[in-house]
Amino acid sequence: MKVVVGKTAQAPDFPIAAKIALKNDQLRRNVHNATGIIRARRAIRVEEMPDWEDLRQTANDIKDHTLAHLDHYLIQFEHNVERAGGKVHWARDAAEANKIAIEIIRQYSVDGQPAEVIKVKTMTSDEIQMNVALEHAGINPIETDLADMIVQMGNDEPSHIIVPALHKNRFEVREIFREKMNLPDLGDQPVDLANAARHYLRDKFLRVKIGVSGVNFGVADSGAICVVESEGNGRMCVTMPDVLISLMGIEKLVPTWQDLEVFLQLLPRSATGERMNPYNSFWTGITPGDGPKHFHLILLDNGRTDLLHDERERETLNCIRCGACLNACPVYRETGGHAYGSIYSGPIGAILTPQLQSLDHSRSLPYASSLCGACYEVCPVKINIPETLIHLRGKIVREDQKTFTGALGIENLAMQAIARIFLSHRRYEAAQRLARVGQLVFKRKGQLANLPGMAGDWTKFRDLRPVPSYSFRDWWKQRGNESTAKDSATKEVR
Amino acid sequence: MTTIPTAREEILGRIRTALPGTPTSVETSHASIARSYNRIGRLDRHACLELFIDRLVDYDTDVIQLETATGDTLIAQSVADILHNANEDRLIVDEAFPQDWLPETLAVIRDNGLSTEQIDVAQTVLTTCEAATAATGTIFLVHGGAQGRRAATLLPDHHICIVRRDQVYELIPESLAAIAASSTLPITTISGPSATADIEMTRIRGVHGPRRLTVILYGAL
Repeated sequence: MKVVVGKTAQAPDFPIAAKIALKNDQLRRNVHNATGIIRARRAIRVEEMPDWEDLRQTANDIKDHTLAHLDHYLIQFEHNVERAGGKVHWARDAAEANKIAIEIIRQYSVDGQPAEVIKVKTMTSDEIQMNVALEHAGINPIETDLADMIVQMGNDEPSHIIVPALHKNRFEVREIFREKMNLPDLGDQPVDLANAARHYLRDKFLRVKIGVSGVNFGVADSGAICVVESEGNGRMCVTMPDVLISLMGIEKLVPTWQDLEVFLQLLPRSATGERMNPYNSFWTGITPGDGPKHFHLILLDNGRTDLLHDERERETLNCIRCGACLNACPVYRETGGHAYGSIYSGPIGAILTPQLQSLDHSRSLPYASSLCGACYEVCPVKINIPETLIHLRGKIVREDQKTFTGALGIENLAMQAIARIFLSHRRYEAAQRLARVGQLVFKRKGQLANLPGMAGDWTKFRDLRPVPSYSFRDWWKQRGNESTAKDSATKEVR
Repeated sequence: MTTIPTAREEILGRIRTALPGTPTSVETSHASIARSYNRIGRLDRHACLELFIDRLVDYDTDVIQLETATGDTLIAQSVADILHNANEDRLIVDEAFPQDWLPETLAVIRDNGLSTEQIDVAQTVLTTCEAATAATGTIFLVHGGAQGRRAATLLPDHHICIVRRDQVYELIPESLAAIAASSTLPITTISGPSATADIEMTRIRGVHGPRRLTVILYGAL
């Protein structure tokens, strides 16, 4: 089994990628603008829900319960999908899921005609790099979500879970559409661009015989599947083709139809700041005379089962991909999504991406946070992202300590030394005396500046107060000598 | 003799190894989940309908309110007026759609399993619905019968939906409960016309689904 999450294996570390992103003023303006608008809208829509906190808690409880009984619910779900005429496939990793999809597509493709599929936005397919695999197999994947079209036509990567082309403004989108759709006179108003997409895709919706979708929710006790969307491209992709292939992470289950009442209230308000998104499509297997004649569901693990062992890590699988934590994050709002090197960016990406890959890649992501907690506050399923970030940092440090270079690395040696110093007050006071002398060369206007080595990363951007000329303990000792009588008087009053 | 485990066996095996066993049954554990959020609406019927209309209008939906006392007698005339005002004359309905609600003067396309190309000719689709939610301005279509097959409700540019006032619930939980018995049929929830905000977060009405939505409200509260 080989877990693949987008292109993380080739991605540079976050601090390096972030520095590049921060130099791109246009990108920062676009990201600031878009996240600002969604945040404001979300706040209004959440404010009008008196039971928002109750919904969050129940959502967390339902997800927690579902994951604790995941084997039971997966088997129940599989049984119900197949009973309704669907075919369920299981995929251990990205390569296996892509192989299954390609085999299904080939099975239904007509000889001599180019194989093509219409796709409705699915982050999971980006996770497994499905488009790359399909193209490699000679199959043309056509993205139909407006933002995904922008990303696909611009040879770009998604930078946001909900609004993948949020880093592009209308003028940049116009240039991409002008070239790829051959529309030299295309206007730059958002409505012009949406109309161009409508005309471009209409024929494909009516003609292409195979559709690919993701899954927002699978209902275990009935086999029903739900896809949440806005544009109508989702309805098109799950309705018009003869064959529908849906790709679903194994954690996307809810036990019952009733449980949807919680998530369908939380997701749209958190994701786009709408009371409800324009369209939700539900279907169960095959319905004779309505929609696809063949339905294939691919259940994907790709590292997810690795997160089940530990309760803190398991909670990450609660995620319903609303993107609220991205919009709330002061780091994401400066760097945008690409700096994370993963299709899952922002705070949720910083915990999900490295965990799916057993910390083999994206090890810098748990550090891409100031731990301010804004992500936890907005999370509709109450994932404690800051706690998980700290948990992962601890795990990374403990792993590093086991390696030769990690154990003898300057950070580990310094931390071990500090730990020993903090264990004894004599050593601690000695270190203070040493620092008072040592810091003299770095003192500038009452602050420490230009410290050497790793400490310099701090002083480059932030103030650091010097060690004071005497400590509280020194002062206390001295004070004790001067006013013992007064001190004992205070004690008596107590 | 060992056999190579299938992906299904391996994934389920990994899950079982990872999870500690729980003493309570799955059903008991699921039933014990606390649900302190609002599951039953608090508004009276009049206020509930007002809220529904407010939400529909907020989503750029046109709302036609027929007098409560007139029952369903004015629906056909209302449909005729809407089509006339929109300058549309190619209307599609499901073959199960009640004849009494159709304008007599119009040649209506009856969907009895038409091909995509045949449906694509229609400008307007007329359906009933199964339920609606006031708080979110949402209409629930349980496809089949007078609520139409999925393709027929999707390809035309204009969707006219007939909602009986007593089908409107205040909250999402009430509406989902009302259609629970049909939950394995194809269902579409519609909240306003299709829209996108993918470009600079500017809401644009009408992308791939119907670009206009008209709701006819009829019947007693």
